[in-house]
Amino acid sequence: MKKIEAIIRTSQFEVVKKALHEFDIDFFTWWDVTGQGNDTKHKREIYRGTVRDTSFISRRLLSIVVRDINLEKTIECILNNAFTGEIGDGKIFVSEVTQSYRIRTKECGDESLFNKE
Amino acid sequence: MNDMSHKILTIITGILLMLGIALCGEAHAYTKPDPAGLQAGATVDITAAKAGAPTATEITDQIGKNKIAINMVWTLVAGFLVMFMQVGFAMVETGLTRAKNATHTMSMNMMIYGIGILGFLLCGFGIMFGGVGPLGTLGGFEGLNQEFSINLFGHSIGLFGTRGVMLNGVYDVGVFSLFLFEMVFMDTAATIPTGALAERWKFSAFAIYGIFISTIIYPVYGNWVWGGGWLSTLGKDFGLGHGHVDFAGSSVVHMTGGVLALVGATILGPRIGKYNKDGSPNAIPGHNIPMAVIGALILAFGWFGFNPGSTLAGTDLRIGIVAVNTMVASAAGAVAAMLYMWFFKTKKPDPTMMMNGLLAGLVAITAPSAFVNVQSAALIGLVAGVLVIEATFFIERVLKVDDPVGAVAVHGVNGAWGCLALGLFADGTYGDGWNGVKGTVTGLFYGNASQFYAEVIGVVMNFIFVGLIGFIVFKLIDITIGNRVLPEEELEGIDISEMGVEAYCGIKLDKNSETPLSR
Repeated sequence: MKKIEAIIRTSQFEVVKKALHEFDIDFFTWWDVTGQGNDTKHKREIYRGTVRDTSFISRRLLSIVVRDINLEKTIECILNNAFTGEIGDGKIFVSEVTQSYRIRTKECGDESLFNKE
Repeated sequence: MNDMSHKILTIITGILLMLGIALCGEAHAYTKPDPAGLQAGATVDITAAKAGAPTATEITDQIGKNKIAINMVWTLVAGFLVMFMQVGFAMVETGLTRAKNATHTMSMNMMIYGIGILGFLLCGFGIMFGGVGPLGTLGGFEGLNQEFSINLFGHSIGLFGTRGVMLNGVYDVGVFSLFLFEMVFMDTAATIPTGALAERWKFSAFAIYGIFISTIIYPVYGNWVWGGGWLSTLGKDFGLGHGHVDFAGSSVVHMTGGVLALVGATILGPRIGKYNKDGSPNAIPGHNIPMAVIGALILAFGWFGFNPGSTLAGTDLRIGIVAVNTMVASAAGAVAAMLYMWFFKTKKPDPTMMMNGLLAGLVAITAPSAFVNVQSAALIGLVAGVLVIEATFFIERVLKVDDPVGAVAVHGVNGAWGCLALGLFADGTYGDGWNGVKGTVTGLFYGNASQFYAEVIGVVMNFIFVGLIGFIVFKLIDITIGNRVLPEEELEGIDISEMGVEAYCGIKLDKNSETPLSR
């Protein structure tokens, strides 16, 4: 089992989501995140004549736990669909998951994951 | 038909019969409905001993009564409009401050209404209008006739009125109408400093300030200008134009509020994080610009009561000119502020400055609205729109006084400008006999320099008197109970620590990120 965490553009999220569904990756979690990065040069707010630094970036973090067999196609899907070529397209992190359980059925391991084969 | 429904039917018939008698029993009646409104209002409506055949005196009595009635209704309705300006102030001030202090800012704007009314009733009205003399437009009652004055240079210098304390002994419809109208004006002045002192002022300190401004500070200066005091008699006694003329309160209301705001904000000190170590300011954005914009427009609406209502007479047809002048100056102020920010300052048409420009135009036209022509009004508004921005930057960056909503620049600076503008632009078409001086009110550009000097004296006296008394009051509060909340409370937001309740319960606020770090 692997956990894929992808920080992607909010504007690309719908594209990625649709593509994941097409690859039968139907179950995942996401949330809105705020961060700091290189893409902050033009983020300035002027309030009553005083410039205010608002150099934070809004992105969406996508978290998917998949069976090893699904890892490659999921990553490929995100890489292709979150891509715009501009600075700030985001990052993908992959980590090992040691165990998982489904609470309702008490299944564990691969069986407990939503994403079938 | 059973017994019960029979009873109900009897009762309903009885009620209808009684209604019929009540409606038809009047001496004046017509049977057919009157959709075009042609029959309503005729000779029979004139109160007369013999209905339908009034004598000449009865007719002229009715005409006189109608005139006073129009004046009184106008004064009251205008007063109600001005009361609604409280909403505008509350929205502007709360919108331009942070979410974590919204309950506190709103509460100050709400409670100055309550505290102010009681304070003004207690002795404010008596001090301000106790010596004003007969109320010409509101029925002519002359019970408010005792001005405390001292003799100086062979002239009597009126200092404050003494009749009408607690509205005692002046149980008169005209006086009560005047009370309502002047009361809401006092509230307008009193609510101005709450914006400049927002986000760090103890509520207890605010409450005590509310008592002082409504009972002493505002009424005394108001008496000098409107209640027959010494600034109004400058013309009669010293030949300076018509004395200090202030039609609707650029100095009496707005400059008073602005000067108090300046003194208070100086004593209170800037909000945490407002200034860096090198003295450069940080922006602390308000949390609800849409609310602030709505508030500014509500204020502009209320101003149609503020200025035209100040004739205290719906039969004074100058109200048409006053209303248009008010409208044009506010528009010019808003446009000037927008363009000035857009092209000369930050290259953006800053919405908060557009609002301040709108209000600055209104404040500036408040004193001269009845005395200038519409071209002058537009010019006064244009100057006000630019002046408010320069004043905001001056106060923020040179004086280093933290004024979250720009109250000092809008009300203080432009209040002074409004009075001076009257002394410059008054065109001599209105104000015959104003403050007991023959002839119309004429400004410097129309040939009467002495009117301008009177305005300068009025403005300077406002700054000195209100500034001094304000300083004493704020210092007294500072020594006794303290003006300022604790720093940790301020960082956390003073809604909970001062008021006990959050403005936006259930919504997570990022309280620390709202306070900039002083570098």
